[in-house]
Amino acid sequence: MPSMVRRPFFWIITLAVLAFALAPVYGNDVSLRESLLLDALYITLASNLNLMLGYAGYVNFGSIVFFGLGGYICVWLVNSYKWTLVPSLAVAGVCVSGLALIFGLGILRLRGAFFALSTIGVIEAVQAFAENFTPWGGSSGIYLPASIFTPLGGPRQALWVIYFIMVGVMGASLYLSYAIKTSKFGLGLLAIGQNEDAAAILGVPTARYKAMVYSVSAFLPAIAGGLYFFKSAFIQPSDAFDLSLSTEALVVGMLGGQGTVTGVAIGAFLYEELRGYLLTSSTFANFQLVVSGALLLVIVLFFPGGLMGWIYSRFPRTQKVLE
Amino acid sequence: MLGILASIIDGVLVGLVYGLAAMGLTLIWGVMDVINLTHGVMIVAGMFALFLLTTGLGLDPYVAMLPVLIGGFFVGVMLYWVAIHRMVGRPPLMSLLSTFSVNLVLIGIGTAVWGTALFNVDVSLPGFTMGRYTFPGAHILAAILAAVIATVLYLFLQYTRLGKSIRAVANNREAAELVGIPTTRVLAISVGLGVALAGVSGVLIATLFPFTVLSGDGYQLKGFVVTVLGGFGNPIGALMGGIALGLLEGAVTPFVPVSWTLVIEFVLFVLVLIAFPAGIFRSRRGAL
Repeated sequence: MPSMVRRPFFWIITLAVLAFALAPVYGNDVSLRESLLLDALYITLASNLNLMLGYAGYVNFGSIVFFGLGGYICVWLVNSYKWTLVPSLAVAGVCVSGLALIFGLGILRLRGAFFALSTIGVIEAVQAFAENFTPWGGSSGIYLPASIFTPLGGPRQALWVIYFIMVGVMGASLYLSYAIKTSKFGLGLLAIGQNEDAAAILGVPTARYKAMVYSVSAFLPAIAGGLYFFKSAFIQPSDAFDLSLSTEALVVGMLGGQGTVTGVAIGAFLYEELRGYLLTSSTFANFQLVVSGALLLVIVLFFPGGLMGWIYSRFPRTQKVLE
Repeated sequence: MLGILASIIDGVLVGLVYGLAAMGLTLIWGVMDVINLTHGVMIVAGMFALFLLTTGLGLDPYVAMLPVLIGGFFVGVMLYWVAIHRMVGRPPLMSLLSTFSVNLVLIGIGTAVWGTALFNVDVSLPGFTMGRYTFPGAHILAAILAAVIATVLYLFLQYTRLGKSIRAVANNREAAELVGIPTTRVLAISVGLGVALAGVSGVLIATLFPFTVLSGDGYQLKGFVVTVLGGFGNPIGALMGGIALGLLEGAVTPFVPVSWTLVIEFVLFVLVLIAFPAGIFRSRRGAL
C-alpha cells in the first residue's frame, strides 16, 4: 500500500474520483449527477469484469449475476427486515462474494471456453432461483415504499448520498484493479492469462487464484447493484439479470483495452455517453444492441488492444504512468 | 407402465430434435475449436425463414427445408469470412467474443423488426395413438428427419473426399495443409455446413413449437450440454447426447419447475466436463 501512494497513477485515480464527486455539487447540477451516476456504475462493472477478462483471460458472461444478486439481497434486507442502507450493502457484498467463491470452486476446474460457457449456466441458475424464491416476490419482484429514504434525510438528500456512495464504490474498484495489478496475485493472474499450463508449472496456484478473482470481482458490483436498485426502489428478475448489461461490460472492457485500469475506465465513460446519445436519437433507439455488437466486432477483429493499446503504441511513454 | 413407456418415447422424440439442433454447433466446435455463439440466432433464422416461406410463398414446411439448407450454407460461409477467419488458431476468448458480437447484431436486428412476439407455423399431420397417449405426427416426422440427417452427415464425414478433408483438418490443421488440403476452404465449408444444420433444425423445431426471436438461446445452451455429452463434432454422438437430455427432461419435469431444467442440465454439463473431458459417447478414435 505505501508504495502505491508514491506512484503518480494512484493520484490520477484520486483526482478522477474527486472530480466525479465534486462536479455535480458545483452548481447543484442534478442531471449531470444522474449521468455521472451511470458512468460510475459502468466503470464499476467493467473494472471488476476486467479482473477476470483482462488479467486472467477468462470470459465471464455472467458478471451481471453479481449486480442483480447484490440488488436483491440489499432490497430484501431493507424491505423485509427494515435494515438501513449501508449495512444492507455490506451484507449484500459479502454474501455475493461468498456465493461467487462457492460457484467458483464448482466451476474453476473448467478451463478457457468451458469456464465461459458455465458462467452462462450460473446466470440461468441464479435467475431460476430468483423467479422461484417466494420471499423475493417471484417474477413480480419487490417494491420498496418511499419511506426508505427517510433515514437518509428524505428523497432529495438520499439521492446525493447514493451518488457519493456510488462514486466511492467506483473509486474502490479502480484502486482495487490497480492494487491487484501491481501485486503478486495480479502477476499470477496475468501469467494465467498468458499460458495457464506454464503458470501452473511455475507454481502459480491457478485453481485457487481463479476462484479468488471470481469472488473478488463479485464484491463491488454487488454493492453497486444494491445501490442501484435501492435508488430505483424496485427490483424484478428481468431487470436484475438483464443480459445486455453483462454484454455492455464486455464491450466496455474491450473498447478501453482489456487488462488496463485507465482504458477500462475511459471506455466505460465513453460508452455510457455514446449510449446516452443513441438512446435519445430517434434513428438508433431500437438498434442499441446492433451498435454495441458491431462496435465489439470491429474491436475484436481489428483493435484487440482497445483504446489503450492504441495509445500505448502511439505514445510508448504513457505505459510508465497509466496502468 | 404404459405411461413410463410413453414418456420414454416422448423423451427420445424431443431428444432427437435437441441432437439435431446441437449438430451444427458441435461440428464447428470439433473442426476448428471455435464455439459459435451465433448458433442460437441461426436456429431462429431458420424458424423465421420457414415462417416467411410458408406464409409468403405458401411452400410446404418440409419442402422449405431445402432453400433453408442452401441459404444457411451461404450465410455460414459469410459468417466464416466476417467473424471466424481471423480468429482461427487464436485464443478461444477471441472467437467467443467475435461470434458473440455477430449474435448481438443479429438479435438486435431481429428484435427491431419482429419484436419479441410469439410466431407459429401450423403443421397438421396424423398422429400416432397408443392407449391414452397421442404422439403428434410432426413430432415423429421431425425425429425421423433428425436421425436421417445425422446419418447422412456421418456417412458424408466418413466416406466422401470432402468429409475426409474436414476430419483431417479437425485432426491437425498444419498436417492437412502439408498434404495439400485447402484448409481455409474446408474451414469455410464446415462453418457453412454448421449454419445450414442450425437453419434446418430451426425449421423442424418451428413445426413443433411456437417461437420468438429469442428462442434460439435455449437450444444453444442445450447444444453445449449435448456437445460435451456426445463428444466434439460427432453427429451420432450429438443424437445420443440429445436423447440423453430429452430423457432427463422427461424424468425431472414432474418434480421441479420448468425454469430449473436448464440449471439441472448445466450442472450435468459441469459434472460431465470434470468426469469425462472427451465426452461420454465418444466413439472410436478419429470419429472426427
